[in-house]
Amino acid sequence: MSRLRVLRPGPLSLLQDAGRHGWQHLGVAPGGVMDEQAAAWANRLLGNAWGAALLEIALGDVELLAEADVWLALTGAEAPAQVEGAPLLPWSRFFLRAGQRLRIGFARRGQRLYLAAPGGFHAGPVLGSCSTQVREGLGGLDGLGSALRAGELLHCSAGTLLCPASVPWYWQAHYPDELPLRVMVGGDAPAFGEAALAAFFAQPWQLSAQSDRMGARLCGEPLPAPVRQWSQGVGRGAIQVPPDGQPIILQADHQTMGGYPLLGWLHPQDLWRLAQCPARQRLRFSRVGVAGVQAGLRRFYGFFRT
Amino acid sequence: MIRLEPAGAEALLLVLAEQPTAELPLRIAALAERIRHELGPLLTDLVPGWTSLLLHYDLLRTDHLQLTERLTRLLDVWLAEPLADCAGRLHEIPVWYAGADLAGVAQACELSVAQVIELHSAAEYRVGAIGFAPGFAYLSGLPDALALPRRATPRTRVPAGSLAIAERQSAIYPQASPGGWHLLGLCPWRLFDAAATPPCPLAPGDRVRFVPIREAHYYRTLAL
Repeated sequence: MSRLRVLRPGPLSLLQDAGRHGWQHLGVAPGGVMDEQAAAWANRLLGNAWGAALLEIALGDVELLAEADVWLALTGAEAPAQVEGAPLLPWSRFFLRAGQRLRIGFARRGQRLYLAAPGGFHAGPVLGSCSTQVREGLGGLDGLGSALRAGELLHCSAGTLLCPASVPWYWQAHYPDELPLRVMVGGDAPAFGEAALAAFFAQPWQLSAQSDRMGARLCGEPLPAPVRQWSQGVGRGAIQVPPDGQPIILQADHQTMGGYPLLGWLHPQDLWRLAQCPARQRLRFSRVGVAGVQAGLRRFYGFFRT
Repeated sequence: MIRLEPAGAEALLLVLAEQPTAELPLRIAALAERIRHELGPLLTDLVPGWTSLLLHYDLLRTDHLQLTERLTRLLDVWLAEPLADCAGRLHEIPVWYAGADLAGVAQACELSVAQVIELHSAAEYRVGAIGFAPGFAYLSGLPDALALPRRATPRTRVPAGSLAIAERQSAIYPQASPGGWHLLGLCPWRLFDAAATPPCPLAPGDRVRFVPIREAHYYRTLAL
């Protein structure tokens, strides 16, 4: 057994796993990690199962002290990270001796880092998951939806790995400035009409600073939105257009039901890249078919989940 | 006409009617139960809406075509089924009618406060769907005389247990949250508890009646 003391928790560091599934019919959001790819690699570096609980560190600025020897893995956003002054390789696992400090600076590219521990960090699951849902007050270290706080202790196994290792460079994600994002058109798209759809795909959008784990808000020339009356279940990646014409893309902590018309869904793998975009980044959208998206996603799950 | 369409890469939307009816929530709940029973391991979530069902599925276990085929068979049976026992479970929920908007609602509806309480507690409601927040049940069946648009400016904080109305609906806020509905009273029940089984006493299709209680009764029940 090993322990990490939180010296600096960062602006928003959350314990996350594969999400709280099976409770959306009671209004409970699924939550879970925002960038599945970076999280899956952090767990893979330590031989963890898919969805082992890890720390999602938004923007960086975290300092942890090992109270016992422990292996860790860090992936995701590019940020200066060091152990007692020695810089860490990106997307790598490393050993932290008792008494050593891990310092993660502010993210320079990308928004979220993932810190995994052998077997996952320990926390009592709430409704089957320890994903932290701040809005609903569920999950996290205390079970009440709190973000990481200074002074807290993270428990995990020490791990029995032999050497450091990195994700092959061609699998490491990079976070470019201009991002084309793929959209499966559907839902209420026919009610929007071709002109509104064309306007959505033709213009560059800007990611609003009001975006959060619930939804990514876009700013641009408003789209004419049709009216839909009866609330229905909505999923991650759904692109809602409220009456102000500024689309919202639902993310991990999305509400379970919605009444706004839907234009389509973002490609899940692009949703993970969107989770790494800073506010005010320019975004462009292109069309993609459902079948191709499913094939790619199945390959990803096949590699990480089996 | 029933529509079955993809809702992104890992979900399927079943639209069962264009307009909700009084018995539709119970019918949808019955269908959801049947789907859960027959296809449970393939699904990660099943979300009833007012007129729809959203099926989140596991892409490693099934696909759009297989699910569509199996759902079509289930729907045939469901459509042929006579309207099952339409009663639904009845919950009698205690309410201390002392909400911040009680007087305002009375004035806007040109009624006395006593008439508002009488109208609201005499009606029988039906759980149409649960969403917005954990355990937040949308109840249909609000008397026409109490139908009002939402507040122009939503409150930043509505206390937990608040009984509220807006348009033709009623609901209780299970947790303190922002909200734009008119507050009529307070309910001492805990309507969402992650540690309870089930975490939420209400289910789509259930019937609800509100029983007026006094302040002392409210605080006594709250303390339990």
